Amino acid sequence: MKPLSHLRIDFMGRRNIAFAVSAVLLIVSIGAILLQQLNLGLDFTGGTLIEVRYGAAPSLDAIRVLLEESGFQDVSVQTFGASTEVLIRLQQAFDADVGGEVVNLLRASGDSVDLVRSEFVGSQVGDQLRDQSGLGLLVALGVVMLYVAFRFQYKFAIGALLALLHDVIIVVGVFALFQLDFDLTVLAAILAVIGYSLNDTIVVYDRVREAIRTSRIEDMPQIFNEAINATLSRTLATSGTTILVLLALLLLGGDMIENFAIALLVGIVVGTFSSIYIAAALLLPLKLSREDLIPTKKELDEEEEELP
Amino acid sequence: MLNRYPLWKYLLILVVLVVGLIYSLPNLFPEDPAIQISSAQGDSLDERQIDRVETALSENDIAIKALEEENGQWLIRLRHDDDQLSARDIAADLLGNDATVALNLAEATPEWLQAFSASPMTLGLDLRGGVHFLLEVDMEAALTQRLEVNGSAMRELLRDERIRYRNTDIEERSLSIDFASTEDRDTARSLISRDFPEFEYSSEGDGRASTLVMTLSDQSVNEIQDYAINQNLTTLRNRVNELGVAEPMVQRQGPNQIVVELPGIQDTVAAKRIVGATANLEFRLEARNDTPDNETEILTFRNEPSRSAELMRDVIITGDSVSSASNSFDENGRPQVNIDLDGTGGTLMNRATRTNIGRNMAVLFIEHKSEDTVVVDPETGEETIEREPYVERGLISLATIQSALGNSFRITGLDSPTEAAELALLLRSGSLAAPIYFVQERTIGPSLGAENIERGLLSVQIGLLLVVLFMLVRYKVFGVFANIALALNLTLLVAVMSMLGATLTLPGIAGIVLTLGMAVDANVLIFERIREELRNGMSVQQAIQAGYERAFTSIVDANITTLLVAVILFSIGSGPVKGFAVTLSIGILTSLFTALMVTRAMVNLAYGSKPVKKLWI
Repeated sequence: MKPLSHLRIDFMGRRNIAFAVSAVLLIVSIGAILLQQLNLGLDFTGGTLIEVRYGAAPSLDAIRVLLEESGFQDVSVQTFGASTEVLIRLQQAFDADVGGEVVNLLRASGDSVDLVRSEFVGSQVGDQLRDQSGLGLLVALGVVMLYVAFRFQYKFAIGALLALLHDVIIVVGVFALFQLDFDLTVLAAILAVIGYSLNDTIVVYDRVREAIRTSRIEDMPQIFNEAINATLSRTLATSGTTILVLLALLLLGGDMIENFAIALLVGIVVGTFSSIYIAAALLLPLKLSREDLIPTKKELDEEEEELP
Repeated sequence: MLNRYPLWKYLLILVVLVVGLIYSLPNLFPEDPAIQISSAQGDSLDERQIDRVETALSENDIAIKALEEENGQWLIRLRHDDDQLSARDIAADLLGNDATVALNLAEATPEWLQAFSASPMTLGLDLRGGVHFLLEVDMEAALTQRLEVNGSAMRELLRDERIRYRNTDIEERSLSIDFASTEDRDTARSLISRDFPEFEYSSEGDGRASTLVMTLSDQSVNEIQDYAINQNLTTLRNRVNELGVAEPMVQRQGPNQIVVELPGIQDTVAAKRIVGATANLEFRLEARNDTPDNETEILTFRNEPSRSAELMRDVIITGDSVSSASNSFDENGRPQVNIDLDGTGGTLMNRATRTNIGRNMAVLFIEHKSEDTVVVDPETGEETIEREPYVERGLISLATIQSALGNSFRITGLDSPTEAAELALLLRSGSLAAPIYFVQERTIGPSLGAENIERGLLSVQIGLLLVVLFMLVRYKVFGVFANIALALNLTLLVAVMSMLGATLTLPGIAGIVLTLGMAVDANVLIFERIREELRNGMSVQQAIQAGYERAFTSIVDANITTLLVAVILFSIGSGPVKGFAVTLSIGILTSLFTALMVTRAMVNLAYGSKPVKKLWI
């Protein structure tokens, strides 16, 4: 792994290509969100609830597989009070026939099945909860921006905010584009992506700040390159371990974790990219200069005097 | 001397780790699925009957873990979750009416751990299931309540305009007011219809028998019912969230029912009291001697049924206007509830009390309950359960208004601190817009299939193993340090979550593993920095020192920003967002501790103040 540390990749020289790639991804994502919309899961949309009674205790996994093969989505099957009573939740707009349809399907395998009731169920996420969570997210972003502006400088805060928005929009965009189920676990994954991406951005920023303070050259892109190359092995190691975990979850974890893992995988790849090319590279058009980080009046050390 | 810790730091680390170990241990002893058998007559059960149950269970291939007897009750612990329901069915069939057979989750934590009041985390609805309540919203009561509120407002309007009215009456979805003359009725009609467009108006009779009948349109009935359901959903969500960081489920089912599912509970009594409590408060003035009878009502005191007071029928405010409430004790050590009102509530309260100083104000406690009676059809012999809803109303206090009240005040006269706490909780989480009744109460199995759970857990273990291997390969000896720190981090995380009573769901577990994947980040940052300083020609000891020191600001900044997000999400978000925020914040804190202090302690012990030529990093 040693060669990594000797790499001198000219990240900033290729920033226009990276900006273009980001722009394309963002446009496709926003387009997909607006045109195709999200395929919201049972948690958000509600669906149909069916209670059936079997003659003898059935295998729940078999019921689940059967229903999914017959084209029902987001199926949850659980025992209800007794081992012969089964509660089925489907993400299927309620109509009076769904119950009968499901019972016929289940009877096809030769079991004796009676329909107890079939009813629509509402979403698990109320409007108020949704609004509250949205508000929470905005407040959280605001506070983080203040912290970054305080610890670094406001230009860094703008860069970090844009990088976060970039990541979230692309992850949501992927879910809209491929019409993957967007449920509460995916929402949790997106929150995790925000945490991860922010973490990554701050680490890069920290090194950029250090490089600007200690470097003796004035060429900003060059300073940025040094900082990013210095953190590159760390970035790849951390992203690498996280991606390893996620691949294990994705490939072996089964349906429940699948979408969670996809959201995080996309988020971490995009988040790593955005810490370099959105958060850091955006500082260049924002005209970050050494004076932004070193107050000219307070400290009159050597470096200060060297400034033109 | 470089790279040495003072003794107290080693001791501190040791203490934290031991405490963490104690509180995470109970998770190795998950609760056993069990069935509980008690005699229907209240006497103790015949041991032979238990023997029969035991034999029947083993004939059906149900593995029994242990049999226990306590106070005449038998607890049969089972090996597998899947067997619980069929075991219950078998035992119930066998014992018939002699015994009551119930599901139970029996604690398996050894006694010496229980002494520290350590207990395992609850497993979520997806992994273990829980209880399922089906509640029905009383739509008629929702309409009546709305009409009563409108009636109150109309009476006030009429009094302000000095129009005389005689009687108000509510019938199904219409409200009628009697007037002494046709003119009064007509002025009232034009006045009221301006403020209450949701009614359809009709005038009946004339002269001394003139009546104004106002009927709610179909559309507004629908709106009121939708509002009632949604308001109740919100209130129930608030209430179950107040129960802790559990991950409950609350959803609407059908036109007028609500499903509430709570994880990890099989004993339903406590949960039911909070979920189903329909208590509300009303603040009313005591009637004057000269108040006409049709505007007053006589009500008794809750804890003193022989005492009663005559109150105005008009309500000043209800518990709906409460914006926050907490319980505490007054100067004499009696329980009290401190109440803050919202803007409108505060204005109403102030207006009512300002003009009535010296009069008595009553606090009325209202609770909707229902009683089930089993009715046997004489012809078919079929048993049906009829539910008879009734309302319990009682005064909890009657006190003289000393001065105009504002937005915050307190009420006393409660029976016990528990009652004060529950009332505060109910007022805080909002009252129900319409009374609800329990229709059904069942134990529910896990929503994920056994196969899904197994796969999920397997993938999580493999993910963790991959991280461990990666760190070993990349950082060699330091990888060992990081991996030990990782294991301790997991222990601490589990310990804190168990102490908080958090609920573990499959995505939650995946989240924990992900936190661990990210937790190695701090160590990666430090180790990379040490390598870098070594390359720059520093000595081994200096490189270790510099590596920890220079990576520190990065690590702290990065984690504080993430922690800020988590804390804010926790305070504003709810339900699953809140659960996630808890895991994330705890994960950040424990990983900072293990990555910075614990690995440093190990590095110092291994290399500190010794001549070391080369680091295996």
